Amino acid sequence: MKRFGLISVPYLWLLALFLVPFLIVLKISLSDTALSIPPYTPTLDLSQGWAGIREWWAGLDMENFTWLTEDDLYWKAYLSSLKIAIISTVLTLMVGYPIAYGMSRAPDEWRPTLMMLIILPFWTSFLIRVYSWKAILSNEGLLNQLLMNLGIIQEPLIILNTNLAVYIGIVYTYLPFMVLPIYSALERLDESLLEAAEDLGCSRFTAFWLVTFPLSRQGIVAGSFLVFIPAMGEFVIPALLGGSKTLMIGKVLWEEFFSNRDWPVASAVAVVLLLLLIIPIVLFQRNEEKQREAEK
Amino acid sequence: MSDAATAPVSVFAPWEDAQAKPLIQFQNVTKRWGDFTAIDDLSIDIYTREFFALLGPSGCGKTTMMRMLAGFETPTEGTILIDGQNVAAIPPNKRAVNMMFQSYALFPHLSVAENIAFGLKRDKLPKDQISARVEEMLTLVQLNRFANRKPHQISGGQRQRVALARSLAKAPKLLLLDEPLGALDKKLRQDTQFELMDIQEKTGTTFVIVTHDQEEAMTVASRIAVMDHGQIIQVDTPSKIYEEPKSIYVADFIGDVNLIKGNVSRTGDGHATIAWAEGQPDLTGISHQDLPIGSAATLAVRPEKLSIYTSRPKDQANVIKGKVLDIAYLGNMSTYVIETPSGDLVKAQIANTRRIHRRQITWEDKVWLSFTETAGVVLDK
Repeated sequence: MKRFGLISVPYLWLLALFLVPFLIVLKISLSDTALSIPPYTPTLDLSQGWAGIREWWAGLDMENFTWLTEDDLYWKAYLSSLKIAIISTVLTLMVGYPIAYGMSRAPDEWRPTLMMLIILPFWTSFLIRVYSWKAILSNEGLLNQLLMNLGIIQEPLIILNTNLAVYIGIVYTYLPFMVLPIYSALERLDESLLEAAEDLGCSRFTAFWLVTFPLSRQGIVAGSFLVFIPAMGEFVIPALLGGSKTLMIGKVLWEEFFSNRDWPVASAVAVVLLLLLIIPIVLFQRNEEKQREAEK
Repeated sequence: MSDAATAPVSVFAPWEDAQAKPLIQFQNVTKRWGDFTAIDDLSIDIYTREFFALLGPSGCGKTTMMRMLAGFETPTEGTILIDGQNVAAIPPNKRAVNMMFQSYALFPHLSVAENIAFGLKRDKLPKDQISARVEEMLTLVQLNRFANRKPHQISGGQRQRVALARSLAKAPKLLLLDEPLGALDKKLRQDTQFELMDIQEKTGTTFVIVTHDQEEAMTVASRIAVMDHGQIIQVDTPSKIYEEPKSIYVADFIGDVNLIKGNVSRTGDGHATIAWAEGQPDLTGISHQDLPIGSAATLAVRPEKLSIYTSRPKDQANVIKGKVLDIAYLGNMSTYVIETPSGDLVKAQIANTRRIHRRQITWEDKVWLSFTETAGVVLDK
């Protein structure tokens, strides 16, 4: 009984804060848009009793989901989001792995400081940090001023309001999520494994590819999912740094919701996004489980 | 009957042969880290097919010596020759030397067979040769059934054997073993020691083993180097190290020993005699040094070399009088601690060839201990 009480706490938490809101969104996605408050029908009218429930049920349909398949904006946005999420995950890995590797090789007394530097940006508001990239990347921004003063370029580089700016923003923002799991995998690596590899005829470089890299694989997978999943639904970064051509599902969702005031379609977009993300989330969980298994 | 059976058994002792060419030569090697001197002007020769043990307390420099042979450390001064070649410029991956690590350092993401094949694959051997060699190694360490297991799926003893097989797979000229049995329990360790000797004989590889366990070194090694503070105190066969230690440090480090302090009263004929206590006859032991009369010296004699009597023995060279202070029954033998009138304690170890109730010596009994002139050694340092 006591045990049941204990596990019911997280379950109640998930029920109240995840499942119930999801069911509400799901219900809205099955409704029709309407000029009313709230801006959709049907709404459940319990004062009419059983008949009210039946009428409400009859008003629900899959029309919005059909609509998502008919207008190519949506699947293009999903695909574009997928592409941007994958590319930025790869970029984050390419930037994050050397950082994590350097941290794990650093002298012991340096490590807490380096760890601090990785986490430090979190102490400032996410929005402000993304905004400040505007000041760096814009045509009159710090980067262009620097490059022009150095005489490297004559014309300012157009970075802001392109996909490149979105990649820079995502890599910058999600870097710690990539660095930390890889670092924790590399830090546990026994130094003598590398010596053994060298002893058996590997050069330093092949020892890295045959020993270090495969043994940090689980950290790489964990970090990649931690970047990919939120990047897929990212809204703030493409809205602030991306241009009109940057198509991401998060932005579409926002526009449906606030510009078009079409709650049912926006909800349908959200439900589909969630279903799409369940695949990588399940894969991520499986990776974590495998890791726990291996450590036993 | 073959000729080999009738021919006299030749003793393996290349270190006594002036013609023999050593496989490994340390020439005045010094290794320093800042102010700390790990290896101090050390010179030694190790020969092919030897099972050479580096024995000493932790921090004595034995692991540093081994790591210099593997190529993970370079000497600050001096040269190391392997097969007559200066190895200073050769990186670890280019040396015909393999090492078995103390932690075994098995690759956790590879199976037992893949671990053993790791070094062979680096040599770019053809696939069928690699698998044949892996199979051979698995048979050598009797792990064929576990070829596809991962290291975390096998026991500690099995892991140790995988590590050994992996380091032997490339048929190195020299195999280095860093505390190879440290992680095993006592029973398994003893079995594995014999297995190691067996494998060393079968493969004919030169083994250099680092250990702090003197019993292990005694069991496996053809020669032992006893080290302390970056220097080799004595290099000899196990029996010589045990029977004829050249210093008090070595006598004390290896096994149990009685150290009786006195002053030299007579020397000559390869022996020395010390006067050591009022009312006790002088004691004689072997001495190869020329000790001056009257100088301080110590007689080192092993407890098992002593006999115990209830009446004064007649024709024994060395006699010590005392009373029984303690008896420790160890099953196969008993240790008697005898207190002399001057308050010194001497240990005697007697094999229990009779059952316990048949023996007559008990606590507080007056007894005499005796040993021969060749049982102990007289040392000055």
